[in-house]
Amino acid sequence: MTAEQKRNALEVTPVQNGHIKSNGAHTVLNGTSSAAPTCSQPPAAAATSAAAPPAAEDDSLEECTLWVAFVTYLAYFVLVAVGYVKEFLFPVHQKEKDRQGYTPLYLSFESFYIRNVYRRMSACFNNPLASCPGGQIDIQLRETPDYGFSYSRTGEVRRCINFGSYNYLGFAENSGPCTDTAERLLRRDGVAPCSSRMHLGSQQCQDDLEALVAEYLGVEDAVTFSMGFATNALNIPTLVGRGSLVISDQLNHASLILGLRLSGATIDVFKHNDMKDLERKLRRAIVDGHPRTHRPWKKILIVVEGIYSMEGSICKLPEIIALKKKYKAYLYLDEAHSIGALGPTGRGVCEYYGCDTRDIDVLMGTFTKSFGAIGGYMAGSRRLIAHVRRHSHSMFYASGLPPPVAGQISAVLCELLGRGGAGVGRARIRRLTDNTRYFRKRLSQMGFILYGDDDSPVVPLLIFLPAKACAFWSELMKHNVATVIVGFPATPILKVRCRFCVSAAHNKEVLDKILDLIDKIGDDLEIKYSSRPRTNHPIEYGRC
Amino acid sequence: MVTVEIYEFVRLFFEVPIYHLILEAVLIIWVLSLILKRTKKSKSSLSEKASLWDRLSEHEKEELIQEWTPEPLVPDDADLNPIKYDVIQGKVGKHVTIGGRQYLNAATHNFLGMVGDDRVEEAAVRCLRKYGVGSCGPRAFYGTIDVHLDLEKRVTQFLGTEEAVLYSLGFSTVASAIPAYAKRSDVIFADEAVCFAIQKGLQASRSEIRYFRHNDTAHLEQLIEEHNKASKKLKPKQAALVRRFLVVEGIYANTGAVCPLPELLRLKEAHKLRLFVDESLSFGVLGDTGRGLTEHFGVTARDVDLICVSMEASLGSVGGFTTGSFYVADHQRLSGQGYVFSAALAPLCAAAAMCVIDQLDEQPEMTAKLRSVCRAMHKALANIDGLELCGDEVSPVKFLQLSKPRLERQQSEAVLQNIVDQCREAGIALTRAHYLEPEEHRLPPPAIRVTCNRLMEPEDIRSIETALTRAAGAVLG
Repeated sequence: MTAEQKRNALEVTPVQNGHIKSNGAHTVLNGTSSAAPTCSQPPAAAATSAAAPPAAEDDSLEECTLWVAFVTYLAYFVLVAVGYVKEFLFPVHQKEKDRQGYTPLYLSFESFYIRNVYRRMSACFNNPLASCPGGQIDIQLRETPDYGFSYSRTGEVRRCINFGSYNYLGFAENSGPCTDTAERLLRRDGVAPCSSRMHLGSQQCQDDLEALVAEYLGVEDAVTFSMGFATNALNIPTLVGRGSLVISDQLNHASLILGLRLSGATIDVFKHNDMKDLERKLRRAIVDGHPRTHRPWKKILIVVEGIYSMEGSICKLPEIIALKKKYKAYLYLDEAHSIGALGPTGRGVCEYYGCDTRDIDVLMGTFTKSFGAIGGYMAGSRRLIAHVRRHSHSMFYASGLPPPVAGQISAVLCELLGRGGAGVGRARIRRLTDNTRYFRKRLSQMGFILYGDDDSPVVPLLIFLPAKACAFWSELMKHNVATVIVGFPATPILKVRCRFCVSAAHNKEVLDKILDLIDKIGDDLEIKYSSRPRTNHPIEYGRC
Repeated sequence: MVTVEIYEFVRLFFEVPIYHLILEAVLIIWVLSLILKRTKKSKSSLSEKASLWDRLSEHEKEELIQEWTPEPLVPDDADLNPIKYDVIQGKVGKHVTIGGRQYLNAATHNFLGMVGDDRVEEAAVRCLRKYGVGSCGPRAFYGTIDVHLDLEKRVTQFLGTEEAVLYSLGFSTVASAIPAYAKRSDVIFADEAVCFAIQKGLQASRSEIRYFRHNDTAHLEQLIEEHNKASKKLKPKQAALVRRFLVVEGIYANTGAVCPLPELLRLKEAHKLRLFVDESLSFGVLGDTGRGLTEHFGVTARDVDLICVSMEASLGSVGGFTTGSFYVADHQRLSGQGYVFSAALAPLCAAAAMCVIDQLDEQPEMTAKLRSVCRAMHKALANIDGLELCGDEVSPVKFLQLSKPRLERQQSEAVLQNIVDQCREAGIALTRAHYLEPEEHRLPPPAIRVTCNRLMEPEDIRSIETALTRAAGAVLG
């Protein structure tokens, strides 16, 4: 059996380390994730549904050829050289009115990259919408009178298919039961509490939502906050401080890094998803203690994300849990992108791997992506949440979740828990899974370099050259498809990419249309860089 | 032929002057040493620097790993005494319902009484029905909704500035704005009573922070002079690169005092400081038309470098914005962490805030009414036996401290909580001011926080006064 045949066969093949990855292949026992199988046992009753877990794959991120790397360097060199020449002939004066004698706020060198590289790509960013950020969006067109330094809206609107917003389950809607609940709570509880939770700003709807979140995740308690970024930045300092060590993944999000910096703990970084490096760092940390004083660390916290937003890779949760248990460390899992998007019932990366949520010390997530709302949560044991509530910056100084947002999230959670009765939540998750796998497999088959795991709805397509990325974006936009291109500093400078966010709001027809477009544009722009062997066999939607 | 060339080469080698040979030798040795140093110098990560790892045997390392016992992630007694807070049913407006009973709300930042306002709610619902709840992405990636751009434009029109930047949370507004400009080598002069969000912004900036005594411009001047003297010792080029900032609040959230803007502007002009003002509590409160601190003192908003406003007070919404000249404010669109790396503000919150600004424009007398309520409240609370009133007359946030504070902070807090509970019995919802005690820079003394609402009538203020007087009398004797 070739690897392809194994993957398409309807059987559960245990992977090397004994963990099973599945996205709909096994039924969750007893309907609650607390009784879900632990990582070490293979799940039961696997054969019924169509999706089969992938066999052990080569996880390494494919590199481009030397020629492409050379041309990319050359491209940047040309941009920088042109920039230098231009600024030599026409020096940039940052004009600031009414501030003679003040130290300039910015060094002109700092914004060299912005003026000469980012500005040329700036048409791709900050496009305003005139509609709900759902499966289809109305983009307001802009024009620039000065080559990208400033933009103004023309008033025209173009309807596009949305592959850029984080709308994995398609809940970004302006009608339906979720919006009705949001409106009902808005009228009942107001637009906002206008106070922090400790100062009479805590409303019943927030408490109800927290109970629902805890139930959904299968943990003892949860607490919600009104901004996902702030959930990390304001609450990590409650868990670790000076004298603690945090080992965080290389590609962690800026909010995690800010929270870790503000906490005062010592930060160490391990290579992205590299379990051997993590183990090495853990061992050295425990043996050596603090680098200068050699005092033993008070505690060690491992910080990882469920799905990494720029790579689309899924963290290797079972191995991390095994390491954490072996070395008595604690685990902080940021499920910003994976909650709602992974797992047969959308319970995130724990359910995806079949792990026990009690093994993870701190479950954190945001409601921005799969729930079509704003805000974040932290979930875990009752003790943890009691501690967080007592010490969180957000509880004392920031507003709680506005009631309409709490309404939207609780309605989504009810659908995902299956309380609506119509199975709408499960259908959305199913559609997202099918869309993701189909989209990724088709793109790989066409010969593009993709990063990330097969089940991750974040699909980065590597383009490497900034000019080609802009051309790719504008070609797709001409055909009314809205995507996102990402460059430096969010990604390494050589790895400019186009990032697709697959959504349950799309169906097979829409995906086929855009795949054909990408195929054609990819040929025209010559960005099919993958040197892996390509197969020709057809990829069936719903069965890959 | 080759041998002839080699012979020529060797001959030239001996004919070349000696200094040339020495120079070449030095260069070769230097290049070699650089190459060798590079390969030796591995990336100095935390673990690599340690020395024990190399000295111990595998068995000893295993022993250490087995023996190491971490602290629990959170203290074991964390859930024994969970923190208590009131849960409101329904809207947090002029009246609040707690546990089925209604109380007059003198505790939240609902200064203009916009919570529960029909127009604001209709605007929010209309927006909800058009755009849904969330923006589903950061501003750069299709998270910018036209409502955001409209609100930013409206704010600049209202305040007379050039550019405004919206954030999704009031706390993150100022906490992201300050580190976007101030870096490690800069100096920030900040009032010691700044709120926690500003303190976090100062901490994130990694600059040198110099706190001056609360509202004491003489002390500030002294600190600036000291810094001037110290920077004379630096090389002029280095000193010229140091940026100096001054961070204050319009109305201080911790003390209710109004900052002396004219004095600060004078110092700013004299010493070329960048002035950042957090007007979260003064926007919509001060100034004849509610345009805040600058209007109150008769200066233009252009004189202040950056105004940060949290929309979680007068504007009755969630989120915040910063505004200033284009040169200053636009920088945050690429450097403000809370702006770039966070999902955009929910459109309905932006719509609600815009509706409030529209109402402020249409009925500027709202702020005058609010200020008259604040003054009346000030008069009413000034003479309560046993309690001392803190805060400016025109401030919508006032603090009642114990005239005779107890020895231990906890005892004072217990007494004040007792007074708050008694007022609760009388139908007034007050709150003690809660702080994260170990984290605050200058922990304010224990106090009851009383807030004013534009919709309060004289009888409401009287009932608050009566309740407090009775409670204070009962508790303090």
